[in-house]
Amino acid sequence: MSMETSAPLVSVTDLNVKFVSRESTVNAVNDVNLTVNHGEVLCIIGESGSGKSVSMRALMRLLPERRTKITGKLEVDGQDVLALKGKELSAFRGGKAAMIFQEPMTALDPVFTIGNQIAETVCRHEGCSKEDGLARALELLELVKVPSAARRLKAYPHELSGGLRQRAMIALALSCRPKLLLADEPTTALDATVQIQVLILMRKLQQEMGMGMIFVTHDLGVAAEIADRVAVMYAGRIVESGTVQEVLTDPKHPYTKGMLSSTVHGNMRGKDIEAIPGSPPDLRSLPTGCSFAPRCPKADDGCRGQLPPEVTLGPGRIARCLKLDDAPPAAKPERETALA
Amino acid sequence: MTAYIIRRLLYAVPIALGVSIVCFALVYIAPGDPLQTLLPEDASAETIAMVRKAYGFDKPIPVQYLIWLGKVVTGDFGMSIATGRPVLGEIVKALGNTVLLAAGAVLIAFTLAFILGTIAGYRVGTPTDRAVTGFAVIGVSVPNYWLGIVLIIIFAVELNVLPATGMGPRGSDTFNLFDWNHFRYLLMPMVTLSLIPIGIIARTTRSAVAEVLNQDFVETLRAKGLMEWEILLHVLKNALPQVLAVMGLQFGYLMGGSILVETIFTWPGSGFLLNKAILTRDLPVLQGTILVLAIIFVATNLVIDLLQTAVDPRLKRG
Repeated sequence: MSMETSAPLVSVTDLNVKFVSRESTVNAVNDVNLTVNHGEVLCIIGESGSGKSVSMRALMRLLPERRTKITGKLEVDGQDVLALKGKELSAFRGGKAAMIFQEPMTALDPVFTIGNQIAETVCRHEGCSKEDGLARALELLELVKVPSAARRLKAYPHELSGGLRQRAMIALALSCRPKLLLADEPTTALDATVQIQVLILMRKLQQEMGMGMIFVTHDLGVAAEIADRVAVMYAGRIVESGTVQEVLTDPKHPYTKGMLSSTVHGNMRGKDIEAIPGSPPDLRSLPTGCSFAPRCPKADDGCRGQLPPEVTLGPGRIARCLKLDDAPPAAKPERETALA
Repeated sequence: MTAYIIRRLLYAVPIALGVSIVCFALVYIAPGDPLQTLLPEDASAETIAMVRKAYGFDKPIPVQYLIWLGKVVTGDFGMSIATGRPVLGEIVKALGNTVLLAAGAVLIAFTLAFILGTIAGYRVGTPTDRAVTGFAVIGVSVPNYWLGIVLIIIFAVELNVLPATGMGPRGSDTFNLFDWNHFRYLLMPMVTLSLIPIGIIARTTRSAVAEVLNQDFVETLRAKGLMEWEILLHVLKNALPQVLAVMGLQFGYLMGGSILVETIFTWPGSGFLLNKAILTRDLPVLQGTILVLAIIFVATNLVIDLLQTAVDPRLKRG
């Protein structure tokens, strides 16, 4: 994607999110830096609890304010997101930035019709009448390829299948032509066949509408399908980022490598899948050094003693590891063909 | 929807029949003979037998039930043993008075409890929530007859600003709701009666609202840019079916008239009538009142059921 604009659409600088309770403090996101350009798709990959969803919610200001401490700078299209209040925040959410959630079964209000829920959003942001809102809702349902859209407009969420609900959710998110679309594992809860349809639809709509998109997933196959750039998160930090090609075919960070070799794509029959040993660290008490060190085959005392700095390997290509030089030049893995 | 309403109405018929059997039987399970209060102590066996026959008490109980049911269906509840007046008239009059009292209590309780419960549910764990929950627990726990007596002591005896008992100044036959001289009689019983429903409904509303707020779709509502008050409307519509169910039950109880509260304030409602009928063993009045109240209860639940279905589309049952 090459839509040259001077400033990036999203710029996240030194984002830290802590959940504070009386007993403990959970360091969910630590010093995250991100940029997304207009019309670009950034995929954030990471396992559960790596802070990818929390980062998204911080961008939408959806985290409960009483228990959350957010520091850093969040800018979307020139707006300082953390400074938004009241009406401005309402206009930002759903207007400039919209979000799609993981669970289509529970993300829609069960006692309102699909049409009303979309129309409500349109009316909120564009101040039109309810009839106009419903007319727009119908267009949107057709846009996301919901069959017999007019009938579905009057349906309640429980009357639709998971795939249709997620399409309705996408229609809802796109209703006010946002510049930024945040998608939090939108295909994870869907059947495999429906998954690919929804994915293709999202990629198509994103390109047609020229939106920037941050797509959170733990599925490398999904990332390969939809992403322009990829950021890999581990224990609340971005450990590696680059273009989708670079990261998936020539991973630099041991965690990314481990993750890639633990997928079944293109592996030889009968060959055991290599799993990463151990489990992610406790976010309440992170190790002082590299968070991945306890599970890393290459870790030494240096890794355990200090936090590895970001190493820039090329434009937009970053890895957070002290052992990058030890890494042998990427041996052409056979999975490349499967992912490309 | 129409088919559903008709089906629910048909379901209500066997329930009402069952209730009528229980009502009728209850009186026979209770100890004591209604004729005792009616006849002098030295009445001869013949007189007793005659009166027994006159009231139909000599026939087998199932036959008595069928005869009673046949009359009841046509609106004939018989004559009161104590006063000799038609039971239906007594019930209608008492029920009218109770409706007045209950409607007031419902208005206070439902409004106050719904507002308090919503505020608490929105701020679970805060001092506001604890204050509301504490108030609700007190409301449920304090016996209302005790509160009634305390209110009488404070406002009627000590301050002398409200009348202690009755439902209107001496000599007045009708009750005028919009006349302060009448309305002041309603005030204390109304407040006393509303205490328990306030507690129960506030607690239900609180937990329903808190539960709905924890659901995923609330995040979607925030993400699509709704203002907090718009989100509140969504939350309340979701919480409403649960709250309605409890409101319906409470409405049923209040319509039954609280025997204790009406007796304390000598409010001539259905509870007061029941109390009198029990004390005088006035069987026809007792049976008639219980039956009418039970039918009102069944009808209330039916209405609530239909309301819930209207609010929550997931409940739509064929």
